[in-house]
Amino acid sequence: MRLEPRTHTPLAVRILAPMGAVVAALALCALLVAWTGAPVLTAYGLLVEGAVGSRFALTETLTRATPLILTGLAAAVAFRTRLWNIGAEGQLYMGALAAVVLGGGMLNLPFWLLWPVVLLGGALAGGLTLLGPAVLKVRFGVDEVVTTLLLNFVVLLFVSMLLEGALKDPMGMGWPQSAPVVEAAELPKLVARTRLHAGLVIALALAVLLWLIDTRTIWGYENRAVGANPRAAAFAGMPVTRVMLRTALLSGGLAGLAGAAEVAGLKGYLTLDLSPGFGYSGIVVAMLAQLHPLGVVGAALFIAGIFVGADAMSRAMPVPNYIADVLVATSLLCMLVAGLLARYRLRRG
Amino acid sequence: MPSNPPLRSGGGWCRRRRVGATVRKAMTNPIQPVVLRLTGITKRFGPLVANDGISLTLHAGEVLALLGENGAGKTTLMNILFGHYVADEGTVEAFGHPLPPGSPKAALVAGIGMVHQHFTLADNLSVLDNVAVGTEPLWRFWSDRAAARRRLLELADRFGLGVRPDAPVGDLSVGERQRVEILKALYRDARILILDEPTAVLTPQEATGLFDTLRRLTADGLAVVFISHKMHEVFAVSDTVAVLRGGRLVATRATADTSREELAEMMVGRAVKPPTPTPMVPGEPVLELKDVTVLSGHGRPHLDGADLTVRRHQIVGIAGVSGNGQTALADLVSGLIVPDGGTLALKGQPVRAADAAAMVRRGVARIPEDRHAAGLVGSMAVWENLIAERYRDPAFQRWGVLKRAAARRTAEEAIRAFDVRCPGPDARTQLLSGGNMQKLILGRTLAYGPDLILASQPTRGLDVGAVSYVHGRLLEARAAGAGVLLISEDLDEILAVADCIAVVYHGRITPLLPHDRVSVRQLGLLMAGHWDVLSEIADAA
Amino acid sequence: MENLFTIGDVLVSAAFWTAVLRIATPYVLGTLGELLCERAGVLNLGIEGIMVLGAMSGWMAVYQGADLWAGVLVAMACGALMGLLHAALTVPLGLSQHVAGIGVTLLGTSLSYFVYRLVLPQASTPPTITPFQPLDLPGSLAQTPLTYLAAVLVAAVAYVLYRTPVGLAVRMVGENPAAAEAQGLNVTAVRMGAVMAGSALMGLAGAFLTLSAFNAFFFNMVNGRGWICVALVVFASWRPGKALLGALLFAAFDAFQLRLQQMAGGVLPYQVFLMLPYLLSILALVLVARRAAYPRALMVPYRKGER
Repeated sequence: MRLEPRTHTPLAVRILAPMGAVVAALALCALLVAWTGAPVLTAYGLLVEGAVGSRFALTETLTRATPLILTGLAAAVAFRTRLWNIGAEGQLYMGALAAVVLGGGMLNLPFWLLWPVVLLGGALAGGLTLLGPAVLKVRFGVDEVVTTLLLNFVVLLFVSMLLEGALKDPMGMGWPQSAPVVEAAELPKLVARTRLHAGLVIALALAVLLWLIDTRTIWGYENRAVGANPRAAAFAGMPVTRVMLRTALLSGGLAGLAGAAEVAGLKGYLTLDLSPGFGYSGIVVAMLAQLHPLGVVGAALFIAGIFVGADAMSRAMPVPNYIADVLVATSLLCMLVAGLLARYRLRRG
Repeated sequence: MPSNPPLRSGGGWCRRRRVGATVRKAMTNPIQPVVLRLTGITKRFGPLVANDGISLTLHAGEVLALLGENGAGKTTLMNILFGHYVADEGTVEAFGHPLPPGSPKAALVAGIGMVHQHFTLADNLSVLDNVAVGTEPLWRFWSDRAAARRRLLELADRFGLGVRPDAPVGDLSVGERQRVEILKALYRDARILILDEPTAVLTPQEATGLFDTLRRLTADGLAVVFISHKMHEVFAVSDTVAVLRGGRLVATRATADTSREELAEMMVGRAVKPPTPTPMVPGEPVLELKDVTVLSGHGRPHLDGADLTVRRHQIVGIAGVSGNGQTALADLVSGLIVPDGGTLALKGQPVRAADAAAMVRRGVARIPEDRHAAGLVGSMAVWENLIAERYRDPAFQRWGVLKRAAARRTAEEAIRAFDVRCPGPDARTQLLSGGNMQKLILGRTLAYGPDLILASQPTRGLDVGAVSYVHGRLLEARAAGAGVLLISEDLDEILAVADCIAVVYHGRITPLLPHDRVSVRQLGLLMAGHWDVLSEIADAA
Repeated sequence: MENLFTIGDVLVSAAFWTAVLRIATPYVLGTLGELLCERAGVLNLGIEGIMVLGAMSGWMAVYQGADLWAGVLVAMACGALMGLLHAALTVPLGLSQHVAGIGVTLLGTSLSYFVYRLVLPQASTPPTITPFQPLDLPGSLAQTPLTYLAAVLVAAVAYVLYRTPVGLAVRMVGENPAAAEAQGLNVTAVRMGAVMAGSALMGLAGAFLTLSAFNAFFFNMVNGRGWICVALVVFASWRPGKALLGALLFAAFDAFQLRLQQMAGGVLPYQVFLMLPYLLSILALVLVARRAAYPRALMVPYRKGER
């Protein structure tokens, strides 16, 4: 058996690949579920029901998908240009930090101006966080994978320091959490009496916008060329360094926006458990979407559904809700193989 | 090593060249056993048939030249023989035993050694490591380094292949690396040695040295397959010649019984008229390097006080063994780097910043050395590659939005004008053949009436038709008023099209030498650093 | 002046150096494992998850009644299995080593948490085991057996890499796989073997945390140590001896900042001190990046006969 590159990948294969990967992941994790002694089909049934079975479940899944779309886009735009940003988690927290600072009452702005300032501030904070490793990469040749990973820990400690210090909520009963943002900084709710907020609309609009930039503008053209062959791009006269830094700002900005939107749209204040690994799950989202901005939306909805559904399932059954994390990790690994089969053909001999 | 016997009477051309070998052959050939037999080898890559039912035999003590144009299937055939590829049909038999397909290890055990065109050496490891790896059983508690060193030095001594066992391969010259490759095979008791285009990277004198080594090897009873597309090498070294064309074996001849004309016709299969340059009067300078230095960060600088002038209506050929500063020279003119010392001027204006896009705007057409790695983005469409140097022109974008229709139209025109064979402007570039990729680069760069053309190895790996196409286009541009800087390791190419030749050695460049006043021998000596020859050339002029 | 004296006192105290060796052990083992993988040309970002799995599985085996050394073996076997997964994806299939490594880390981490929660659903305070006890060898700063094992492994890995045929094969496939294959080596087998061996060491590094340094398994207990090992490999220029040196330097700094934290705790928030190891790793990368002699084929997949 050997692999032979396909000259052309049909659209059907590109769509079927992630679906096949997800099915494979579900099948593999069924073994784990069976190990716990729970009936597999009932467990998966509860998972689906918990994700989309009711109006409440659906809005919960959409709420959970909002930051995942943004971190998924963050990973997708970076990976497209071969900038291995694994630090979306840290950039998310920096964005959230900026949001509570800007939205905490220090700016006396009207509603229509304040929440955009809060979101943009969050994006800027996230972007600048990734700019550091990107500069180290283009200037000193430091591998950005390790630096972005390590920065995640630095950022969390930094946030922890502020939450126990300068930003600590005096009314917080001693918990390490920030004071809530003012009302004018909060994003409007999309559906009354649910947690679903306008962040979703922003995330969807950004997915479409990034898709247009990618396919229709010289920016997208440069990004693709630099990602596929930086040497040839540089030879042709493209500003490779600028493309890298620009991509870093954009990618980090999207992750920072995810954090700011969680604060301004959902939580209202900042704690150290704001993100259950949205930054890392974003990588899975981007890979399932094969780095396509519109695909990110679908993949984020799927991953969000898994997390929300698994929570519901684990309340009813003796299956720890970490099954969701296992499912997500397995999906990523299966997707890698599926992506290979989409690009190559398996031949005998 | 005894020298060849003195000249004896003999017939035809071979009296001059291969008397010793001919005499030896006459005595020994009939009883020499067959060591290698290829039968009906066929190999397809998708729709391309690289080898089509090829059968060959090789005898002990024989040098078989495998002659053919680029793309004729020589390298594929040898990669099958050595187990890198698996043949779709056919068998390989070494010393009477069939060779299992797809196993370099089996080939090694059977006594086959291969010297690849691109050396397979690890730069960071020592010569001894490179030679000894894989020769001992993997699961042993120690390596017998002392014995390995002794054996390596003994072999080096016996066949005149001097090497330093502890030097990292990265520090060696090209010629030394080739010696290491040959020693690797000998160390493993190879009885059949395959050399893939071994002279492509050598000076003419080094090539002669290699031929001497090969004679010592065959005198020792080894059989050699010598892959080449150069006629004079075939006559210099081989006993038998097999000609490949388009994946088929055209003929096998005793070298003594054939002629250059016959081989040329069999090899090409059609008359290819090489473009003949008409003499032209050079115009004003378009490129001037004065005392240019490019540092390398460690050791010897890439360029070391280099002077060079290229004028309009002039093709300047830069000859030299690779790694002597050609890359830095090409990068300078490409706009990728600026000199660390000295000045670089374009049409009289100094170049101060490394800006590839600015070089394009100022009328430099650049053909990169490695079209896959630096020239094209393989995963992108043909039209996207065709606008890669000019996508910021108002013709192709407005407010940052690509004018895709306009870009595609331009691409279609270039595809027509430069005869790029491809399904259309939307085809993925990596699916094109090497020749068509090069035409794509020509189409991207020559269509805009350049003042200066940088052509780095413009015909490397191309078949004969594509080579003459590229040369024809360069000569056309020269007639239209462009100056051409042709950097090539192929001395034949430089001699064919250049008006003036300069040799680069250790980062220094000789004055321009008119192509009709300098001999191959003199060029070879210059390439090896014997610049005292310059006075000889000056005296003759 | 008084502060200077205390700093000096710290540096000469046996307790300080005992702590250094203890802190260094998981870094030494993890760095050694990552070094083996990278020498064969495979970046293994699965290290963080493999360490988590090693910590959990080793501890769990002992908690279920196994011998401590059996726990060590379980952790190493689990590590090797994850290494097999990573190698299968990146070597014969040639998939992105970055993404596959992140996937292995996510899987190792989530699987560990899942199993731990499954076996111990309502453990509010983590149950404990009796860990390895320090051996009081004369003049040896009283370390547990795994620390001595780590020291022996450094020498063993160095010996294997530089003095045995299989070590040369590993270095060769990491430098130029095509050349290795031309010499009759099976590139896929050598790379997969190296990744599995390296991953077993990572599993051992994790097991040290639960079987030697502590006596229980906590979530987030590996806490980026794996990523620091990846940085240390670069800092050590892919050499076992320098890896040991780098890990010791790093641990000395870490132990020192712990002491400093106790002394200067009132002045600066403790988080500042906890940040230092990560920032120090980044700094180390910046310092060596320019002249780092990467194995030439690192992160380059090798597919036989592809054109």
